[in-house]
Amino acid sequence: MQSSTIDPSKTALNYHNSEETVTQHGAHHDFRMFGVAVFLIAESMIFLGLFTAFLIYKSTLPEWPPAGTPELDLLLPGINTINLISSSFVMHKGQSAIKKNDISGLKIWFGITALMGALFLVGQVYEYSHLEFGLTTNLFASSFFVLTGFHGLHVTVGLLLILAVLWRSRKANHYSSAEHFGVEAAELYWHFVDVVWIILFALVYLL
Amino acid sequence: MSTQATESLLTKDSGQGKEPKQRVWQDYFTFNTDHKVIGIQYMVTSFVFYFIGGALAGGIRTELATPASDFVDPETYNRLFTMHGTIMIFFWIIPAGAAFANYLIPLMIGAEDMAFPRLNAVAFWMVPPGSLLLLSSFFFGAPESGWTSYPPLSLISSKVGEGIWIFSLLVIGTSSILGAINFLTTILKMRIPTMGIYQMPLFCWSMIATSALVLIATPVLAAALILLSFDLIVGTNFFNPAGGGDPVVYQHMFWFYSHPAVYIMILPFFGAISEILPVHARKPIFGYRAIAYSSLAIAFLGLIVWAHHMFSSGTPGWLRMFFMITTMVIAVPTGIKVFSWCATIWGGKISFNSSMLFAMGFISAFLIGGLSGVMLASVPFDIHVHDTYFVVAHLHYVLFGGSVLGLFAGFYHWYPKVTGRMINETLGKIHFFLTFIGLNITFLPMHQLGLLGMNRRVALYDPKFQTLNIICTVGAYIMAVSTLPFIINVLWSLKRGAKAGRNPWRALTLEWQTSSPPAIENFAEEPILWSEPYEYGIDSYSIDSDQQVEAILAEVKADV
Amino acid sequence: MNIPSNITTLIAGIVLTLVSLWYGKNHGLMPVAASEDASRVDDIFNLMMTVATGLFILVQGVLIVSFFKFRRRKDDQTDGPPIEGNIPLEILWTAIPAVIVLIISVYSFEIYNAMGGLDPMVSHDRAKMAQMSEGDSSAPQNLIAFNPGKGAIALGLGATPNKQGEAPDLTVNVLGVQYAWIFSYPDLGIGGGDLHLPVGKQVRLNISAADVIHSFWLPEFRIKQDAIPGRDAVLTFTPNRVGEYPIICAELCGSYHGGMVTKLYVHSTEDYQAWLQSQQIATTDDLKEAIAINPAQLSDSEFLAPYAGEIGIDSQTLQQIQ
Ligand code: HEA
Ligand code: HEA
Ligand code: CUA
Ligand SMILES: [Cu+2]
Repeated sequence: MQSSTIDPSKTALNYHNSEETVTQHGAHHDFRMFGVAVFLIAESMIFLGLFTAFLIYKSTLPEWPPAGTPELDLLLPGINTINLISSSFVMHKGQSAIKKNDISGLKIWFGITALMGALFLVGQVYEYSHLEFGLTTNLFASSFFVLTGFHGLHVTVGLLLILAVLWRSRKANHYSSAEHFGVEAAELYWHFVDVVWIILFALVYLL
Repeated sequence: MSTQATESLLTKDSGQGKEPKQRVWQDYFTFNTDHKVIGIQYMVTSFVFYFIGGALAGGIRTELATPASDFVDPETYNRLFTMHGTIMIFFWIIPAGAAFANYLIPLMIGAEDMAFPRLNAVAFWMVPPGSLLLLSSFFFGAPESGWTSYPPLSLISSKVGEGIWIFSLLVIGTSSILGAINFLTTILKMRIPTMGIYQMPLFCWSMIATSALVLIATPVLAAALILLSFDLIVGTNFFNPAGGGDPVVYQHMFWFYSHPAVYIMILPFFGAISEILPVHARKPIFGYRAIAYSSLAIAFLGLIVWAHHMFSSGTPGWLRMFFMITTMVIAVPTGIKVFSWCATIWGGKISFNSSMLFAMGFISAFLIGGLSGVMLASVPFDIHVHDTYFVVAHLHYVLFGGSVLGLFAGFYHWYPKVTGRMINETLGKIHFFLTFIGLNITFLPMHQLGLLGMNRRVALYDPKFQTLNIICTVGAYIMAVSTLPFIINVLWSLKRGAKAGRNPWRALTLEWQTSSPPAIENFAEEPILWSEPYEYGIDSYSIDSDQQVEAILAEVKADV
Repeated sequence: MNIPSNITTLIAGIVLTLVSLWYGKNHGLMPVAASEDASRVDDIFNLMMTVATGLFILVQGVLIVSFFKFRRRKDDQTDGPPIEGNIPLEILWTAIPAVIVLIISVYSFEIYNAMGGLDPMVSHDRAKMAQMSEGDSSAPQNLIAFNPGKGAIALGLGATPNKQGEAPDLTVNVLGVQYAWIFSYPDLGIGGGDLHLPVGKQVRLNISAADVIHSFWLPEFRIKQDAIPGRDAVLTFTPNRVGEYPIICAELCGSYHGGMVTKLYVHSTEDYQAWLQSQQIATTDDLKEAIAINPAQLSDSEFLAPYAGEIGIDSQTLQQIQ
């Protein structure tokens, strides 16, 4: 090229190699957990949007819930809440197990978590079928169904993730104390779903 | 500093030289995980939608050449601008930003690919279905309630089209969230070890800000659209006052996304401009850190100003005042950028190639849009001009004069890197002057139209506005013509352009250290950070020029 | 780079200031101002125009000078001076815009307050608001499926600070329907498709909408307020110039949004009395009829027919709706 003021060595392609960079090259770091965390920021913003809408209705409408809305029964959802919160702890035992390379521990604890999650969903379906209002009854009813339904969708996804982990853990050595991204991701997701439920429960049932 | 640190890394030769495979055209139509392929896929797709959106704009302007609705009927007119706005924003500017980000980020930070290549491909492959879905609405009655889609109107007009619009936006929104996860992880985690955060090219800084906005704001749009779709399809009443709902809640949720969205649309191009100016002016960027942090400041402020789109809607007085002040403050970080760019080119040795012309056109036109933006932020004034052509003028100056001119500047700048060929400068300059002149003829008179009393989104208007409208229409046709030299140039240069070589602009950022087009895994070997990204003229004077830095400084000052 | 301070810059600065000052006052971009509020808005616009002209010339000036002066000469391959920043200069160009926007904000605040935007009734006092909406029970609320007075906040522009708390001289209810404005004078029992006001009297418009969102805009008065179904809004203003002005719907409300225009007649006191008399005999029945139809059940063209003359839709357009 033309005579450049820039030291040609600066712009030319330069090959180099060194101990440090060789380890970097190819087997690059695992950023997947970081990615999952970033994804959960986005997820929580959807819930935040829905919660805020709910709060605006609650604070601007003169009557909330609108006249004629039947009282929500607290017993079943209360049990469901306790169930879901405990499942987070149960699940954590699974992760602790795999950190000690204990695959069967992982299977047991994750299996229990899956059961508890399924129970939660069953409870919710039961609650839905015994409510005295439907999706379009009034604004409160619609908000109730959209919020709990959207959350229920997330529980379902979380449950599928747990089942996927269980499925994969059949193969020996798929998860180990060193490599268990799937376990961690499923767990983080489940905790997220759990935290969202606590806020949702407080907003919709208690406030 | 860093230069030295990297040089010490330079040791023995590499042992494993991979034979780079060549790309074949089929790669571009498949699920390919190479970020460069994905970048090109994004770019080509978005250009297709630019022409579609532009043709719709042609329809709009043709209709508005006369005060009566004679070219299309009013209903069709509403569909035209709804689709025009939606396509231009969601399928042209936002994917085009993602195109640059995909292509450039790994190259600029010396990585092989994105952090999550497969996720990246998934994100891209949501765009074609999403966009085709939107286009399909033309067969079922396209949506006709504007790109803002305010209920209750959007709940009662063109229901099928509206439903399609919602789902199309949900798809493209998910796509941009997935993209943002990738950009953020890649930039934060995958820089070559010697590249500290302040050695990063400014484009990466702007993409951090953009991605943060996407992650925080887009999900709220999704929430709004989910509720809207329930109202539309199931018959709930979240936003429908007839059933006790509140349409203003939708407006808040919509603008909580769509105001940040305007910065999602401009920040990548702010970044591109910060790359382009130093290279072609042969001067370091002026105020690196100020520019870097102003992107973050804009992103942060962008999240707390949304209600300035609702000054004459359902917002009480005190809220209007709050949002007025936060909105005005955005002028400060943006001003830092504009002034720093001016200082960057001042005293430089500027090559006026197509890229640089577009970059300077960008500053010039964006300035006009920014100044009218600050006017709009003033509540008493906005009450007069809200929903008039003054707003239309503002939004095109920032979106066309800003984003689109910035996009073309970046396009011409990185074309040699992407294709390995130089662009034809004559055609490029014709393209620039036609676009720039057309842009001003089209959008400048719109300010006056709005002030005088022409509202937007109307097919029928008061005949006293016809003269100005005809001028706008002529300008739009000039812009339509301006795309011809562009298309010819791109296609012709692809085959016949002069070979570009590795670094035709003698630029310092890492993407220029590899071959053009870059090899499949970007760098045959780990690239070296020889210097900071913009150190033009720093240590070369002692070698090539007998002038001392002080002498040059003195000369510039004397001439001022 | 230092802040340039030689004679040329000085002269350029003076010229720039003068041009900005002149253009800020003589842009001629605004329509006539028909109320004091309108003149106030013009004041803030002129100020912003002055600032904008100055900044425009400054930045474009830099670009143009660079375009001609800092061209790279043909065979010059050297770089420019390696200037990476200048802290005092950067502080300066952060501080000046900050001060400018502060001034514009404070000034806008003042003007908005003077226009009545911070009248507690429209700003945030909900208790007051509830009283207000009870007052206008004559608004055609029973017709529409919801009740605007249910406690949502009132929005818009209230009385100017020195008149706050006083009853306005005249109250008119404004209802936006797809594609017409319907006015009714609750105290006088008259109404119609256009608005007649006496000059120099403070008037309060209670704005509501029956179907979708509309926006009530008076360009010559520089005021606008969305009519949102289910919410109350008010606009309070005092016309000070006799004449005929357009009333425009500024929010997209459907196909014929563009046709939703009518007229505001500001009469001298005598003319206004004459108009009142002519109305009181004739229109009472008309209005009842106009309001008693439910727009939702009519096709667009049926609905528009009675207004066609008033809102300037010709028969051809009407036909197209079908
Ligand atoms: C790329 C897109 C983009 C960008 C960057 C901006 C930037 C800005 N916009 Fe704009 N805007 C839109 C896209 C954009 N906008 C769109 C699409 C709409 C319409 C939506 C619709 O209704 O359909 C809109 C509408 C819109 C409104 C609502 C109008 C209405 O409907 O009534 C407002 C009101 O405040 C506004 C303000 C601003 C401000 C203050 C900025 C600021 O960020 C501008 C900052 C820049 C500068 C100020 C110039 C450079 C600075 C200096 C040289 C320093 C010195 C300057 C001063 C001291 C003033 N915009
Ligand atoms: C990035 C965004 C973007 C871009 C690039 C443009 C580009 C253009 N826009 Fe757009 N516009 C918007 C975003 C954008 N617009 C938005 C968000 C709205 C608001 C929508 C709403 O209210 O909901 C809007 C609204 C809008 C209106 C107002 C409609 C109304 O309120 O009634 C008008 C009117 O003139 C207009 C015109 C134009 C023109 C002439 C161009 C030109 O720059 C286009 C130039 C390009 C071409 C012409 C394409 C290339 C040529 C061909 C492919 C050949 C075929 C051409 C012809 C047949 C003429 N636009
Ligand atoms: Cu009513 Cu537009
Ligand atoms: Cu905005």
